[in-house]
Amino acid sequence: MKSKDRNYFKILRAGINTTYQDLGRNNLYHIGIPFSGAMDKRNFQLLNSLLQNDYNSPVIEFAYQGPHLKYFGKDIFFCITGNVSFKIITKEGVIDGNSYQCYLLKNGDEVDIHSTNKSVYGYFSINGTFGVDYYWGSCSINTQAQIGPNNGNKFSKDLEIEIIDINNSFNKRKLDYLGSTIENIRVIKGTNYDYFSASSQNKFFKESFKITKLSDRMGMRLEGQKIKNIVDPNIKSEGLVKGVIQITSAGDPIIMLSDHGTIGGYPKIATVISADYDRLVQLTPGSNIKFKDVSLEDAETLYKLYQMETNNLISQIK
Amino acid sequence: MIKNILNLGDAALYCDFGSDVNQEINSNVIKYFYHIKKLNLKGITNLTPSYNKLIISYDLNIHSFLSLKKKIENIEIKENNKLEKNLIEIPVCCDNIFALDIKRVENKLKLKSEIILEKFFSKNYFCYMTGFVAGMPFLGDLDQEMRLKRLETPRVKVPKGSVGITEQFCNIYTFETPGGWNILGNTPQNIFDTSNQSNPNLVNPGDTIKFYRITLDQYNEIKR
Repeated sequence: MKSKDRNYFKILRAGINTTYQDLGRNNLYHIGIPFSGAMDKRNFQLLNSLLQNDYNSPVIEFAYQGPHLKYFGKDIFFCITGNVSFKIITKEGVIDGNSYQCYLLKNGDEVDIHSTNKSVYGYFSINGTFGVDYYWGSCSINTQAQIGPNNGNKFSKDLEIEIIDINNSFNKRKLDYLGSTIENIRVIKGTNYDYFSASSQNKFFKESFKITKLSDRMGMRLEGQKIKNIVDPNIKSEGLVKGVIQITSAGDPIIMLSDHGTIGGYPKIATVISADYDRLVQLTPGSNIKFKDVSLEDAETLYKLYQMETNNLISQIK
Repeated sequence: MIKNILNLGDAALYCDFGSDVNQEINSNVIKYFYHIKKLNLKGITNLTPSYNKLIISYDLNIHSFLSLKKKIENIEIKENNKLEKNLIEIPVCCDNIFALDIKRVENKLKLKSEIILEKFFSKNYFCYMTGFVAGMPFLGDLDQEMRLKRLETPRVKVPKGSVGITEQFCNIYTFETPGGWNILGNTPQNIFDTSNQSNPNLVNPGDTIKFYRITLDQYNEIKR
């Protein structure tokens, strides 16, 4: 490709944990490879819908601080989802951008994604396709196992992000959406719930836990009341799924997230319901979390409602 | 052969094959795993076999717990289904720079390091499962007198290639990762190959592993 035909972003600042993500890779737990994929699936879906991309198109995910990008190429639109502060720097001046709104970029323009606000993850993409390699059917970068494009590593300064296709029939669109917050994280009792003392079971649902800094795409460590194990601090290692809350030997909860280890040997006190996963991952270190017990039947219904809400938001994009 | 099916959260079946860990129960888990994998059921997003459990993750848009549970309960597995088994030899160097926990193991087992290593290398090990991180094999069984608990405080970083033991099991750390197993040595061999997408694991459930001891010079030679 001649360089004048290229359309690409140059990374002036990489941001924290900036990676390509899509819906992730299935059916590899048995060899130790987790789903990965965008942490916040709703914001991932909204982004590709806003940009009229294929539903599983690659996007750029960032945590806390996003990248500063400089664009080279023919006119293109971009959009950001999540609760994100960013600036668009053009020859005419600098403007503050709004999430869930598409903006035009010309050759030489820049996007500086300062931060996510009271949340962890944000998403960036364009009306087109990034040039990524696929590993087991997904371009999601799993930095822990070094799987995915960019040799499975997070983005670094001076990296160039290729765009292989631009949708020329695109119409600028937006969505009025403030994001959704939640008071409690709803869970289903786990397969080892009876490993814990009655008073600890009680505390688990009554007290709140603080999210520690030891939280990333693999898991979220909590601290608070110690949960007392009265059977055995270990179980025979067995499969995990995202959202499982294990209690470590020290009595602290740890929640498995999208890049989690596929098997583990700590007892499982509960599992976060699928409908609340997107909101769980957006909770920042230092904030408090409180668990609420729901039945399996309720969780299945709540998931249907969650999907309806997402579809409803997609239908409101204008 | 499945004793009981529970739910793990709202999007996974938790199939229990019994509370013991032995090769017979594990072989049943592995047979179910391969059988269900072959059926290629729509909406199954992951199968995770372990010592005595099989976890089946599914897409909540396609299945509900009760309907999928019924489907799995109705599966019949022929007893004579044979498992494919390979014998794989893996070199391990137990030089002091790699044997991070040999002193602790000596103290806990009340055995001299040479005896510990002799016992360790004298056996073949069965692969019960792979996972935690990509390609990590869980192998067994160690002799009774070789069994000890995990480290009280797990290491934040266990070096890639480390070979560790805990309880009746041993494993190989395929990536640098946190972990609490007692490390006896390190293998220069690559156990997980990202570039080989059809068969990235050197060791698969049902395989047999024979470790053999190498010197530091041999280790460096293989690494080069």
